[in-house]
Amino acid sequence: MYSVNYHRAASVADAAKLVKNGDAKLLSGGMTLIPAMKTRLAAPSDLVDLSRIKEMQGIKVSGKTVTIGAATTHFDVSNDEKLKKTCPALAHLASLIGDPAVRYKGTIGGSIANNDPAADYPAALLALGATIVTNKREISADKFFKGLFETALKDGEIITAVSFTAPAKAAYEKFRNPASRYAIVGVFVAKGKDGVSVAVTGAGDDGVFRSKEIEAALAKNFDAASLAGVKVPAKNLMSDIHASADYRANLIAVMAKRAVTAANA
Amino acid sequence: MSDVSLMVNGKRVSGAAEDRTLLVHFLRENLGLTGTHVGCDTSQCGACVVHVDGKAVKSCTMLAVQASGSSVVTIEGLANGADLHPVQAAFKEHHGLQCGFCTPGMIMAATDMINRHPEGLDEATVRAELEGNICRCTGYHNIVKAILAASKTMAKGAKGKAKQAA
Ligand SMILES: Cc1cc2nc3c(=O)[nH]c(=O)nc-3n(C[C@H](O)[C@H](O)[C@H](O)COP(=O)(O)OP(=O)(O)OC[C@H]3O[C@@H](n4cnc5c(N)ncnc54)[C@H](O)[C@@H]3O)c2cc1C
Ligand code: FES
Ligand code: FES
Repeated sequence: MYSVNYHRAASVADAAKLVKNGDAKLLSGGMTLIPAMKTRLAAPSDLVDLSRIKEMQGIKVSGKTVTIGAATTHFDVSNDEKLKKTCPALAHLASLIGDPAVRYKGTIGGSIANNDPAADYPAALLALGATIVTNKREISADKFFKGLFETALKDGEIITAVSFTAPAKAAYEKFRNPASRYAIVGVFVAKGKDGVSVAVTGAGDDGVFRSKEIEAALAKNFDAASLAGVKVPAKNLMSDIHASADYRANLIAVMAKRAVTAANA
Repeated sequence: MSDVSLMVNGKRVSGAAEDRTLLVHFLRENLGLTGTHVGCDTSQCGACVVHVDGKAVKSCTMLAVQASGSSVVTIEGLANGADLHPVQAAFKEHHGLQCGFCTPGMIMAATDMINRHPEGLDEATVRAELEGNICRCTGYHNIVKAILAASKTMAKGAKGKAKQAA
């Protein structure tokens, strides 16, 4: 790792000032950034640690509205009793990220800022129609995720929270790579007052996306049987050492069926 | 450079370290606590697991300055003098190690797992929660056996203590 200067921020305002130092980067759980610095894929001059900022932590549920602080860990999301009642699918998703040690440190804000094409949270936030709140503005999930490792965030902009309205039904199914534990395909389905939305991670050439074919079939009848014979096109899907685009296309339909069954259970 | 100040295994320690120093290197090189191992470069193997403020984390994926102000327990801090911690004793009893390289991380992860499941553990849960700890030797069977046994011993111990307190 190259030399770096560490700063611990006490508040969002403090972090916003500190991040103006040199070529600074925000540090949350460090579960992506520290490995990237170790391999010198990232070489910030300064690190601004967000993990002790109280106002960025915790989960609020009021009625159907859920707000999650950006520095809330995967562990805390997976164990939150209010969230487990209001949107159990999201708590379940958090419990599938990495391993216990990764979940203790990694955060929702870090995960979506990174926007790894195989990360889990982007699928959930896109399907839930979530809002990403920063220290500058509010961005809807469909405008926030912009392809591989790209987001709408400007330099130094800090995600402070995400919020969404819990849908009537939702579920997430993930086909994991057994070594990395990331999704080869992950499908989040949600059925709310604005209809059905289905978001897919792990598969898209350009990152997380919504599957029009599956949404159309489920809009008629929200049942796994509606997906019999639905073909997801392999065009624009990833092919790599783990799976071909055709394999992923098939897997999307399989995971979607399982997710709908789970959501209806 | 920053001043890193920690409680390690119950003792207050402090020292200057470069900001880029990983917690695992601070423990091994500055404090001489070489029980915590480094087995990979990718945050995947778990050989480096220690407890920071009561949570099992990968000390290779955390800077020492990030931990400053926290309380750290390493494998060296588990035993009570010559008495092994119940998880250590169970690994010995059930032959939960061969070369021993993964063992400190396994034991620290296992202790955390048992603490998180006071209701008890079953084999499927142990296997699922060991995802972040890789062993090249044992094939895991005896590690799983050891953790299940330790979880039972610790539950009994906790009941015994509750009785004493009553
Ligand atoms: C072994 C292993 C397995 C994993 N498995 C999975 C998995 O199965 N699924 C999955 O989804 N992820 C997985 N991850 C990644 C994990 O979820 C990370 O926690 C996550 O990608 C990054 O979150 P973080 O809090 O650690 O962020 P950091 O590593 O601290 O930061 C990541 C990036 O986000 C930026 N950032 C952080 N916080 C903010 C903020 N509030 N506002 C703006 N920018 C910010 C940082 O500057 C940096 O560029 C795995 C990681 C490891 C090490
Ligand atoms: S050395 Fe830390 S996870 Fe491998
Ligand atoms: S005992 Fe050798 S790596 Fe586990």
